[in-house]
Amino acid sequence: MSGGVAPLVGFLAAAVRIGTPLLWAAAGEVLAERAGVINLSVEGSMLAGCLGAAIGAYATGNPWMGMAAGFAAGAIVAFGFAVVAIWARTDQIIAGTALTMASVGVTGLIYRQATSGRAAGLSVVTLEPSPLPGLGAIPFVGPVLFVQPVPTYLAGLAVVLIWLVLYRTTLGLKLRAAGEAAEAARAQGVRVRLIQTGAVVVGGALAGIGGATLVLAQVGTFAERMTAGRGFIAIAIVVLGRWHPAGIVLAALAFGAATAVQYVFQAMALDVPYQFFLMLPYLLALAALTGVAGRVRAPSGLGRTVD
Amino acid sequence: MSRVLELAGISKRFGSVAALDSVSFDLAPGEVHGLLGENGAGKSTLMHVAFGMIAPDAGRVIVRGVPTRFRDPSDAKRSGIGMVHQHFTSIPEMTVAENLWLAAGRYGAEAGRPDGSAMTGAAAARLRRRLWEGLAPTDIVSSLPVGAKQRLEILQALAVGGDVLLLDEPTAVLAPQEVAELLVLLRDFAGAGGAVVLITHKLAEIFSVMDRVTVLRGGRVQFTGPVAGQTVIGLTAVMVGTADREATIETAGSLGPVLAQVDGLSIRGREVVGIAAIEGNGQRDLLRRLAGVLPAIGAEVTGPVAFIPEDRSTEGLIPAFSLTENLVLGLPGDQRWRRGPLIDWRAAEARMDQLLGEFSIRAAGAQLPARTLSGGNQQKMIFARALEAAPRVIVAENPTRGLDVHATWFVHERLRRAAAGGAAVVVYSSDLDEVLSLATRLVVVSRRRVLPVPAGASREEIGAMMIGATS
Amino acid sequence: MSVLSRFRAPLVAAVLGLTVLALGLSALGYDAPAALAALGRGAFGSWYAFTSATLVRAVPLIVIGLGIAISFRAGALNIGAEGQFSAGAMAATAVGLFVGRWSGLVAVPAVLLAGAIGGATWVVVPVILRRRYRVQEVISTLLLNFVADALVSFMVQGPLQESKRIYPQSDPIAIAARLPLFPGTRLHLGFPLAVALAGFVAIVFSRTIWGFRLKAVGAAPRAAEVSGRMDVARTTTQALLWSGAFAGLAGALEVTGVTYALFLNLSPGYGFTAIAVALIARLDPVGILFAGLGFGALEAGAAGMQRDAGVPAVAVSVVQATIIVVALLAVARARLARPEAAA
Repeated sequence: MSGGVAPLVGFLAAAVRIGTPLLWAAAGEVLAERAGVINLSVEGSMLAGCLGAAIGAYATGNPWMGMAAGFAAGAIVAFGFAVVAIWARTDQIIAGTALTMASVGVTGLIYRQATSGRAAGLSVVTLEPSPLPGLGAIPFVGPVLFVQPVPTYLAGLAVVLIWLVLYRTTLGLKLRAAGEAAEAARAQGVRVRLIQTGAVVVGGALAGIGGATLVLAQVGTFAERMTAGRGFIAIAIVVLGRWHPAGIVLAALAFGAATAVQYVFQAMALDVPYQFFLMLPYLLALAALTGVAGRVRAPSGLGRTVD
Repeated sequence: MSRVLELAGISKRFGSVAALDSVSFDLAPGEVHGLLGENGAGKSTLMHVAFGMIAPDAGRVIVRGVPTRFRDPSDAKRSGIGMVHQHFTSIPEMTVAENLWLAAGRYGAEAGRPDGSAMTGAAAARLRRRLWEGLAPTDIVSSLPVGAKQRLEILQALAVGGDVLLLDEPTAVLAPQEVAELLVLLRDFAGAGGAVVLITHKLAEIFSVMDRVTVLRGGRVQFTGPVAGQTVIGLTAVMVGTADREATIETAGSLGPVLAQVDGLSIRGREVVGIAAIEGNGQRDLLRRLAGVLPAIGAEVTGPVAFIPEDRSTEGLIPAFSLTENLVLGLPGDQRWRRGPLIDWRAAEARMDQLLGEFSIRAAGAQLPARTLSGGNQQKMIFARALEAAPRVIVAENPTRGLDVHATWFVHERLRRAAAGGAAVVVYSSDLDEVLSLATRLVVVSRRRVLPVPAGASREEIGAMMIGATS
Repeated sequence: MSVLSRFRAPLVAAVLGLTVLALGLSALGYDAPAALAALGRGAFGSWYAFTSATLVRAVPLIVIGLGIAISFRAGALNIGAEGQFSAGAMAATAVGLFVGRWSGLVAVPAVLLAGAIGGATWVVVPVILRRRYRVQEVISTLLLNFVADALVSFMVQGPLQESKRIYPQSDPIAIAARLPLFPGTRLHLGFPLAVALAGFVAIVFSRTIWGFRLKAVGAAPRAAEVSGRMDVARTTTQALLWSGAFAGLAGALEVTGVTYALFLNLSPGYGFTAIAVALIARLDPVGILFAGLGFGALEAGAAGMQRDAGVPAVAVSVVQATIIVVALLAVARARLARPEAAA
């Protein structure tokens, strides 16, 4: 490989790595939103997934146990949201905000307790990139896409699976119907609130994996509020990806790139305060929303409480 | 005679209201059975029981001789019963095929074959051709014309196979020609061995296709039997019950000056202009430009305008607000209660209390939320507010939708009286009969164009203008 | 509605919230009774604790809560008060650093006005996005919170950093720009101002045509447009801008009354807590006053709990979340229980 391409490969590989947790969370949110539920507790699910992964991996020494714990923790938060928003029929936005607040509090408490008497915190061994045999050797594309930690490959698989379920199964048909027109779906025998609950809980579990990926494949430890709005960015990614599994892959990569760009500029030693790079993903999310919202159609029943 | 469906002694109460009081009903294969009654007579409730949507308080549902208890509509569907609801239940954003799979409960199912075991042969084939006319599996539903959408509803109702079809007011959204096509189709369905229940309050329209008829009033069966030997007038009397006749106020004297103009249509004082149109031909937009709710492009109006919107609970009133608040909503600048930036709520409430009496609105007080009123009283409230501004132009959009006979008479009387008092009145109704009975002059709006209707035009001629056929 | 029933739901919510906290703390092995005792002492243990901890923390909650009530009433879900608070604090600091020679009678209003304008400005982008591009304000205001965090971080390490250039904080603002304190306490003039604002907003909501318009647009936008001939977009825009102005004012009050300088993480989540305050009060301004006091006590108690019992203050967000959920459930139950009109 020539020296001129290497920085670009490094940048794109970083974009994919950083975009992976976002993709997991966005994949989960796509499920919820296609079923008609806007789930702001996805941020809380991610955060819970982070803590679950850190504790699970720390306690067992096995990162895959961490993944499983993150999955479960994300699902628990989402289940709480589903109970309040779907079954008690409250405002989805406010309920999601409340569950995210609760997650911040609970994860903070558990984290302090788990680390009390230990100065080192919950450092865990991170998952190193596992090159895929053969594919990893493809010039340019290989190192960008196929020399990644395993959760990245799994995310790709999950997106394909979600696409299949949404567009090629009875369950997906019912889920989309619930999101487009709950009343009509119910008239056709669809159990709308049950399906919405399933979509939200599975979605929360995927967001939990997103959080777990953040800990196990990037950061290597837990910190309070460490998701820093990644869940909310995932919601923007869903809009930008037009509520379609293929769309969110591209959108998640774009946000990964927006975050990765700060490393490039730091390497170039440009005199731009780092805070502006911190803002970049959020500003990009806003800009992306202006380009997309209004021109694409959200599921018709999105955010509406089903009686 | 064998029966595919029997309802025996069905009773159902909603709170203090007895919606159904020991009603019995039966349906034979091969028949079209009319279920008639005014709004609130219990027709829909009865069919919702038959379709498993409502559990009766008492009585039995017997399907093909077997007593059955439906837990939900999917049970009813599995028993071969399909229902077409008043409001379309297809999902507009999905394709025809997806909607049919959804109705069948299985992705990729071979749906849309409304031929249960009982239906074979040439009649069934003809029926299937008629149902699928102009429909393709990949069509997005929102792009379909109303008639095709309704046939999709029938296909959905029969998606798991069925030979009993319940239709709730299926003609309400259709033009006369489409109604005729639907009735032929239903006759075919019965001819192929199926059984049909047609719920309606528009008796004349379906009289010719019925084999038997059951008339409900106040939750009780008033009449049931073969149509042969009955007349439209006789059955109507049974349906309505009282011998009341709608009082007509003659708009005596000559017409007033032109008070409103829109898209080449001029409306003068003392006249009631009726608009006949099929949903989605631009009449909604036209009325709203005239009323000033939308920017008044192409519309010109002299004096205050009052608008009676079609949807009482989302546009006419705020259901959660008190009657007083709803009064102020429509008349925020009225000097009786407006004090600069402030509102004198006591003054407004005092006026609202008076209006309750003047318009005989049945409500316990002006401070009650509008949602506690019945539909008829809500409409009276809207009229009270509209007339409070002494309008010179009144624009009404489906003003009697969902109202019972007496509330309908009230609305008609108020509109006529306003015209007699010199106002220009424009009424659109999706019910052609209502337009015909109310209007002093008739126009058709078709494809966003206003077409004058020649005096003495027949229903069929008007219908042809509505669907845009050149005569 | 009787006084008792009006306060029942909030009281139930508070008791439940604290119970959940106690159970959670016990489950995690903390000493729950000691923690709750520390919480109580931190909030009400002394006159000084009450005035200088509880009431001081109640001020931003009340002021932001009033703003949230304005936007929620109009059906606009501004959940970016946290960012608007920061924007107000930045603007107030910037002005407060340059009014040293002014009289306090001019300097203080100037600083507060700057804060309100700063907060309103932070909502301008969501307003434009909503009106021109139909982007939901929920997402845009939320995202801008993180932008505000980064901007504060830039300010205190850049243009507004102290002259010694050591710590990430601004220089103290001019003495003239500081709010007077009540003697013997750290309670500042912002408290009576918050009480007065609550009264003013209460009158606006119940007696003015503008308040009525907010309520109509929020309750039924189509009816407001068709039957009320109201400009729905204009009304929600006004509501969003005013809610931002209130949050910005709260940020300015914090700088001029409490910290006298701009710091990182100036708000311990006031912008989110105020959502709970507004909701539990059912958007009623007088209710917000009392709910603000209650949550102020909670925040003050949380600090006491962390200091005396070693329980992280972040635990209080569990209580707040529980209270929001209970408030939501109370509203939902009321909606489900009410009889619908007969057809």
